[in-house]
Amino acid sequence: MSTEQMLGLGTGIIFGFLLQKGRVLRFEKQIGAMLLKDMTIFKFMLSAILVGMVGILVLSQAGTISLSHKPMNVGAVLLGGALFGCGWAVMGYCPGTSIGALGEGRWHAFFAALGMILGAALYARLYPFFKATVLAWQDYGKIGLPEALGISPWAILPVFFAVVIAVFVWFEKKNL
Amino acid sequence: MNWKTSDGGWNPYLAGALLGVLAVVSVLATTRILGKTSYLGTSTTFVRAAGLLERTASPDQVAANEYYTKEKVKVDWQFMLVCGVFLGAMISSLTDRSFKFEAVPPAWAERFGPSAVKRAGGAIVGGIIAMVGARMADGCPSGHGLSGMMQMSVSAFVALAMFFGFGVLVAHFVYRRRQQ
Repeated sequence: MSTEQMLGLGTGIIFGFLLQKGRVLRFEKQIGAMLLKDMTIFKFMLSAILVGMVGILVLSQAGTISLSHKPMNVGAVLLGGALFGCGWAVMGYCPGTSIGALGEGRWHAFFAALGMILGAALYARLYPFFKATVLAWQDYGKIGLPEALGISPWAILPVFFAVVIAVFVWFEKKNL
Repeated sequence: MNWKTSDGGWNPYLAGALLGVLAVVSVLATTRILGKTSYLGTSTTFVRAAGLLERTASPDQVAANEYYTKEKVKVDWQFMLVCGVFLGAMISSLTDRSFKFEAVPPAWAERFGPSAVKRAGGAIVGGIIAMVGARMADGCPSGHGLSGMMQMSVSAFVALAMFFGFGVLVAHFVYRRRQQ
């Protein structure tokens, strides 16, 4: 195994371990969030984002790492995001959690993973069509919120923290 | 607030915060060790897995496909990351005894009955739709939701809102009908 592959495997093991400890690999937790009854996956995800956002901002401002935004392609993100949401609700998993669920014995997740491999193969065939249509509508490129709004990321950070913490307080108050 | 949840898991805020630390360390490690900054993500691996599987049957078709060529069909860092997720979840669940073989999720059975075939059908159809969407949007809840949000990407805010908005809409339609 190459260094690249070993690093990926090691990182993935810790990633999977934390997903399992957070109990976010369960079908019930995923559907629970979508039915607005159990916000475990959002507590988990938003906590990761808060910590990660500070770390990434410090390291990128120091020039140690570079950012890698995904393009704000309007058709792609809106239509693709909508399709993903529909499939996610029926399947009860996202790509990463389906593999993790398989690891904790929930073998029905195999069919979710199989469906997603089929979906990927289908997308590879439809790509030329999408490239000429949906993906060609409007692309704002790889932009971050600071550039889009014309304000410093250090100003966005506390606002984002305040909003997320208010959401957490609300989750706890409502026992979600 | 408790450190442990009633089902034996860790407090989700704590487990999530640790994942945030892992995400930052991982970005730093890939930059320093591999010389190529990589952010956590999983959905591209499904494209590579599909390409690898198809290649065993028709290598020419895979080589000629524009999308497979663009995403590069190979076992890379992210591919191994996804394999690691499987192993990590297995290690965690076996050591805290939450590992359980399950044919149908209880919440699914409540709505659609105990048929494993029905559940498999739902998972496959849902999986196909979700992956076409994730590839179109160029990311899933890991790539957009975690990595994109951490970088304050505009696309991540929009994608996450679409994922969740449509997830809520469809979930209410699919899982709520009989309970009312």
